[in-house]
Amino acid sequence: MDVSWSPKPDARRPRSLTAAVYTWVDERLGLEELLALARKKTVPDHQYSFWYYWGGLSLFFFFVQVFSGVLLLVYYRPGAEAYESVREITYDIRFGWLIRSAHSWSANLMVLAVFVHMFSVYFMKAYRKPREFGWWSGMALLALTLLFGFSGYLLPMDDLAYFATKVGLEIPAALPLVGTLMTDIVRGGPEVTETTIQRFFALHVVILPLIYIPILAFHLWLVQKHGNALPPSEEAKPESERRSIPFFPDFFSLDLGMWLIALNVLSILASLYPWQLGPQADPLAPAPVGIHPEWYFMSQFQVLKVFGRWFPGAAGEALGISLFTLAIVVWALIPLYDTRSAGGRRAQIATYFGYFALLGMIVFSIWGYLDLK
Amino acid sequence: MPNAPATSPLAEQASTPTDTTRRTFIALGVGALGACYAGLIGYPVYQYLATPARKAAATGTVTQAVLDGADQLPAGSALMFKFGTAPAMLIHHTDGSWVAFGAVCTHLACTVNYEPEQSRIYCACHGGVYDPKTGANVAGPPPKPLTRYYVEVQDGRVLVSKA
Repeated sequence: MDVSWSPKPDARRPRSLTAAVYTWVDERLGLEELLALARKKTVPDHQYSFWYYWGGLSLFFFFVQVFSGVLLLVYYRPGAEAYESVREITYDIRFGWLIRSAHSWSANLMVLAVFVHMFSVYFMKAYRKPREFGWWSGMALLALTLLFGFSGYLLPMDDLAYFATKVGLEIPAALPLVGTLMTDIVRGGPEVTETTIQRFFALHVVILPLIYIPILAFHLWLVQKHGNALPPSEEAKPESERRSIPFFPDFFSLDLGMWLIALNVLSILASLYPWQLGPQADPLAPAPVGIHPEWYFMSQFQVLKVFGRWFPGAAGEALGISLFTLAIVVWALIPLYDTRSAGGRRAQIATYFGYFALLGMIVFSIWGYLDLK
Repeated sequence: MPNAPATSPLAEQASTPTDTTRRTFIALGVGALGACYAGLIGYPVYQYLATPARKAAATGTVTQAVLDGADQLPAGSALMFKFGTAPAMLIHHTDGSWVAFGAVCTHLACTVNYEPEQSRIYCACHGGVYDPKTGANVAGPPPKPLTRYYVEVQDGRVLVSKA
């Protein structure tokens, strides 16, 4: 091809200020390389593609948590004044109720998105080679997300927060040998007090983010490295029958569209159903009737309750916790068990185990809510 | 692409007038929508962050401070108090006269100190010096005199008010 008559303008002669700035930055940071990479990258397009959005949605809610959390930090005072400062945020500071409500709602939506993401990865068998580390880092992120939820729940120090933390910490306290010692250190003494708030605050805003962010970066790097996994039904198809779309701009804009929907849902929930603040925690007041954990701890709570009924005393609790630990270990090790992409007996057992876990969570959660009455 | 076209497809597209209009329309629409979202998020965030400043502005509109018992202030000494939200000083001079100033240095807002033995009001931050009788800036970097208030000594209290 003869380039001499090409109408393409000389790249070194910028046409506008924007182009000039872009060229200046590009020459130094290599933006074109990144864009080329993004254009080359593709995302599989099939009937289960919808589930690919849930990791991104979890990330979106995490960003909302960081943003709204930093805003809450502006007025929140841990320690003895915790309740008063949250009361001020909720009732005195303009739009404080909205920021707090968005933080609480987004926390719940984040946990939901993380669970949907995990189960969709599980059922698409996206944990198989070479994605085992993606599964394990994801499990770590889930555990940290739940710890974020648990530690953040105490910070307003209203009655629900107080009893939820008190009860929640009794569970690891039931562990043999190290239980009491460990719990006393986390709690800062034998009772939930201002000291506990101070510790949970440090955990919630410094320690957990410090652990979470590098694991998140690792997790995202793995997604970039290995790309989206194909579900077994797609993998069975010959390559010529598989469809895919470019990551940029096609999938990227769909992803942004999902983020926009998530933002709208969050705005509606946060503004129409503002998060409530209960009465200040009083260690001498009895626990409010019908007190129960957040929905994402409900199934575990109910399992322990039921085991406590069947096996009275410490035995029930120990048995319940052991069973949980075992289930989590099996869940984490599934990539080492279900390895063959061709399917077969192990793949089937893994799928049934997934149904069992999902169904168990749903049934015990519903049971838990019914049991409150 | 089998063969590179003479003109790039992008340039060709942009050259058709209908396409330019549509492209511009979509770009404008997305931009406007984005601005709406930015505003809807930005406004509450701004109001949230601005709350203490607004509260301070409300307290700052006070025109008078009542200093109970300040009439007993010994001659040759000063009393620091808050006028609205900002520090201020009431000085009882040895000649029996009373003055009150805003105690905020007009240079870079440090709180100034009355030094009776030097007969000056001094700012330790950058060495600004004010006349303790008039509040006039007499040495150092301050560009303006201190804000002066009216003083009314009554039985059992001192009233300080804005000019």
